[in-house]
Order: sequence, then C-alpha cells, then structure tokens
Amino acid sequence: MTVSRRAIALAVGCLLLALVPPIAALTNQPFYVDLFRRMMIFAIAAVSLDLILGYGGMVSFGHAAYLGIGAYAVGIPAFHGVDSGWLQWPLAIVASALAALVIGAISLRTSGVYFIMITLAFAQMLYYLGLSLEAYGGDNGMRLAGRSRFGGPIDLHQPAVFYYVVLAILVLFLVLGSRLVASRFGMVIRAAKSNEPRARAIGFSPFRYKLTAFVIAGSAGGLAGALLANQTEYLTPDFMHWTRSGEIMFMVILGGTGTLFGPVIGAIALLLLEDVLSALTVHWQIVLGPILILVVLFAKRGLFGLLPGAAPRDG
Amino acid sequence: MGVPVAITLALVLEQTLNGLQYGVMLFLMAAGLTLVFGIMNLVNLAHGSLYMVGAYLATALARWSGSFVLGVALALPGTLLVGILVEVVALRTLYEREHLDQVLATFGLILFFNELIAIIWGRAAIYTSVPPFLSGHIRVLPGVPYPTYRAGIILVGVAVAVLLWILVTRTRLGMRIRAGATNRTMISALGVNIRLLYTLVFGVGAALAGLAGAMAGPIYSVQPGMGEGILIQVFVVIVIGGIGSIRGAMVGAIVVGMADTLGRAFLKPMLATVISPPAADKAGPALASMSIYLLMAAVLFFRPEGLFPARSRS
Repeated sequence: MTVSRRAIALAVGCLLLALVPPIAALTNQPFYVDLFRRMMIFAIAAVSLDLILGYGGMVSFGHAAYLGIGAYAVGIPAFHGVDSGWLQWPLAIVASALAALVIGAISLRTSGVYFIMITLAFAQMLYYLGLSLEAYGGDNGMRLAGRSRFGGPIDLHQPAVFYYVVLAILVLFLVLGSRLVASRFGMVIRAAKSNEPRARAIGFSPFRYKLTAFVIAGSAGGLAGALLANQTEYLTPDFMHWTRSGEIMFMVILGGTGTLFGPVIGAIALLLLEDVLSALTVHWQIVLGPILILVVLFAKRGLFGLLPGAAPRDG
Repeated sequence: MGVPVAITLALVLEQTLNGLQYGVMLFLMAAGLTLVFGIMNLVNLAHGSLYMVGAYLATALARWSGSFVLGVALALPGTLLVGILVEVVALRTLYEREHLDQVLATFGLILFFNELIAIIWGRAAIYTSVPPFLSGHIRVLPGVPYPTYRAGIILVGVAVAVLLWILVTRTRLGMRIRAGATNRTMISALGVNIRLLYTLVFGVGAALAGLAGAMAGPIYSVQPGMGEGILIQVFVVIVIGGIGSIRGAMVGAIVVGMADTLGRAFLKPMLATVISPPAADKAGPALASMSIYLLMAAVLFFRPEGLFPARSRS
C-alpha cells in the first residue's frame, strides 16, 4: 500500500517536474526553469533532513551548515581555477560527510533540546568561519567563476541541462532514501526513534546507526549545497545562516515528516509561497510567520498527509 | 586599524567590565528563557523578539516623553503585556507539543515580529542617546575611567539578579515556580493554577528581556532582527548553565559575556602578532564569535546536561 503510493507519487511528481522546461520554453517563461531547479535543490536538502529528523527523531537545527560546506567546496576550487565538477562535487560530499561525522559524534551524546541547540551552535560556528574566510569574500561572499564543468553533453550553463541533472539527482536520492528507510538499517533508526532503550535492549547500538544516518544526511546536504552554488553562481556565509536551517526544517514539516516525498512537496510549496507573497508585498514575512505557526498547530501530518489514500504516518 | 593595540592593564580592566556588562544583559535574557524552558518545557526562539520589542518601545517612549528613564520604565510593563499576549494567543497550545513544533512555531513568531517592527519603524537602525546624567565616566581605579552608563547596566543587572534570587528562593510565588519546574502534574494536583503561573512566569521573562533590550538601545543599534544574534548567545548561556537553572544562567551568562567580549578585544591584537594585521582584523572577531560555540560544545561533551543541571523533571 505505502510502497505503491510512493511509487505513484514518485512517477507523477517526476513527470510533472520533467515537463517544466518544455512548458517554460513554450510559454516563453525561462524564469520557471530557474525557480523549479531551486525548489528541487532545496528538496534534496529537505529530504536529507527528513532522513534523520522524520525517521531518526534527530532534530538537527543546523542542516544549512552542509549547504554552506558544499557550496564552498565548489567555490574555493573554482576560485583557484579548478572547475571540474568531477572533483568539486565529490569534494562537497566528502567534506560535508566529515563535518557531519564530527558534529554528529559530539551532538549525539546529547538529546532533546540540548541536541537542537548543539547542532545550531555548530552551524553558527561554521557560519562565523565562513565570515572569517577573507580570501574568499568574507561576509560579502564571492561570485562563482563559472559553473562546474563535466565535459561532454553535460553543460550546466544550459538551463535545461542543469535542470535535468538536478532532477536526476533528486529522483536517485528519493529512490535510495526509500530503500534505505525500508532496510534493516532504516528499521534500527526508526526503532531508536520510537524507543531507544528498547532498541538497545534487543541488542542494537543505536549510536552508530544514528551517526551513520547523520553522516548520510550531511553528505546529501553537501551535494545540495554544491548544486545551490551552481544555481546562484554566488556563495556567501548566509547559506549557513540559522534562518536557512529553520527554512529547511519548515519544508520538512510542511510536507510531512517521515515521508521522504513530503519534504519535496514542502520545499516546492514554501518557495512557491515565498515567491507569491513577495510579489504581493515587501512585508511578506508578516504573512509567512503566522502561516508557519498555523501549519505547526493544525496541519500535523503536512501536505503529504492531505494526498488521497494517505496511510497513517509511521513513527 | 592595523596597528596592534598595546594590551595594558587599564585596557584589560575596561574590557573585563565590558564583559561583565554584556554578561549582565545576557543574564537578563537567560533568566526568563531558562525559567520558561525549565517550567513549561518550552523552547522559545521568539524570546529575542521580546528583547527587540523592549528596545523599540523604550526608544519610542523616550522620544515621546522626553525622558530616557521614563522610556525604559514604561517599556517594562509594555513588554510584559506583549509577552502575556503572545503566551495566551500563540504559545499556550504548544506546551504539550514536541520541541520541533515549538522551535518552528516560535521561528514563525520571529518572522512576524521582525516584519511588524519594520512596518512600524522601518528597516533602518534607529539610535538613542544616553541621557546627560549617565553620559560621563566614573573612575574605577586611578587612571581607569569607565562609562557611567555601562556601569549603570551592571548595577541594574546585579540588582535584578538579587531580586530574582529573593523571588525564587524566599517567596511563596518562587516556591510554586520551583515546584512547577520539578513536577508540573503534582503542583496542579495540589491546587495551584498552573496556567496562570505559566502566563505570569512568561510575562516576567518577557519583561526581563524587554529590560535588556531597553538598556541595549544606546549601546547597540536598534533594528529589526536585533534579537536574533543575542538570542543564540543566550541559548549558549543556558545550555552551558543547564536548562532550568537560574544559578546556571548566571554563571553561563558571565562566562559567555567574558569570553565573547575579551575574545573580540584581544584575539585581534594577539593574532596580529602571528598573521598580517589586516587578516587579523577580520579573523579576530570571527574567531571570537566562534569561541563561545566551541566552549558550549566542550561543556556538552563533558557534561551533556550543562554545568548546573536542574534536579528532576517530570
């Protein structure tokens, strides 16, 4: 039931997203390719957060840190003339995985509010580190010399090509993610979320599983950061600002925690909402804030839960 | 700019007092936040917004009344009311929710308040001047002058800390607050109106944050979003101190205030002896900003519940 619903959601969503570039070209609105690519990049970040937040119960309030690390892993080599994506993107993944390993190893010793706060603190630390990187623009950030190069037909400067690269990564990540949460590994993570002492009592060591999930989520966040740097062709420490972490977290909640596909809808919905509201008024945040509160208070299962045939959210 | 500053005893003393002054402001913020955390089990990100509201109310009321002291004095009941309103309208339903929901809903409150302030007063920073009777210097030691206004903040902060200590440890209300922190269910079973107590504690916490904001006006710039920087530092304070502990908030506030201020003042000249002065100009403040988070990570690594963990929680 759940599996088939997921498969249908994936297929339909995939098809709709794949249709964006041709429709934008037909209607002569290239802006939408840019907007939806941005949405999908944030969707990757949101899905990676959902892996640990929704399934593992690890409320990380510093997920934007990996966006920043990924972005700098593209920006710093590019600054020095190394523009091969074959080098930049794996670097983004490895660097953010290492950061997540260190952050996770320390943060997972705590739980509850302390966990929220310590992950926030680490992200702030990296944010200030970004500010101090004077050679790479400091607080002003820097322009990306050019998008990552892959050679052959993959030219990210072609908006549609870049779009389909992002879509492919998102779909691949969703497929891998749903296999991961359904695997034995995923079961241990979910068991640790619902009852950690019991998970320990039946012989698992949740810490190692949780840390592994934390690292996987971090490295996917890093890849999203590499994509984001290519998207904006500009990078600043603001990628790591704590409000950005809050936004990603909101995408997960808005879409539905512990659903993997929900956060994709959440990312699209939030960025669409921001786009619409900011076109209406400069003071759009005064509307967004109360919407956020209402969603938290009343739409507990998120937008994904509103889809027909929604099964009860698994803990 | 790039010339290394000579580190003299007078400078060290002055910066230590600045650290104390900043620590006192952090304490005013942390006291309310840690009580709300400890008693209602509520993560309130919007505490920084109350600081901002206090600063704006004090500035506006000081202009309207022509008296700085009156402005600050009126800002206190003002933020108390705003705090009670926020608690009744938005936060009350969040006590039973998980922390994730609380973080997000209060994050929404921050967006709302920042924009509301921007609509009323604009996005540009506004400035308050120190009243004449506080604008001079006092002599701390021979040859070491210190601004009267900052000394005044330290005095007010210490006075509030003492009052708070008396309130919490020596009064019936304080007894209920402590009982509420230890066991919520039990205290309401004993006939205490826990809802009213919650609203009251939240309001007092808001007023303290408002006081910090009102006093911050003449030192830091008053602008939308001003509460967020200090809010995150206040979280560091209460996490270091141990959530729910006033004593922990006090110790944490002084430690963080000192580390941040002394780091900002002395890391730059110390770095300048190792790396080039322009680089030290930028790296110094950034490293100083990082230092408190490093401190927090270190504390949590060795004591995951903070330095003074509140005893038991239901």
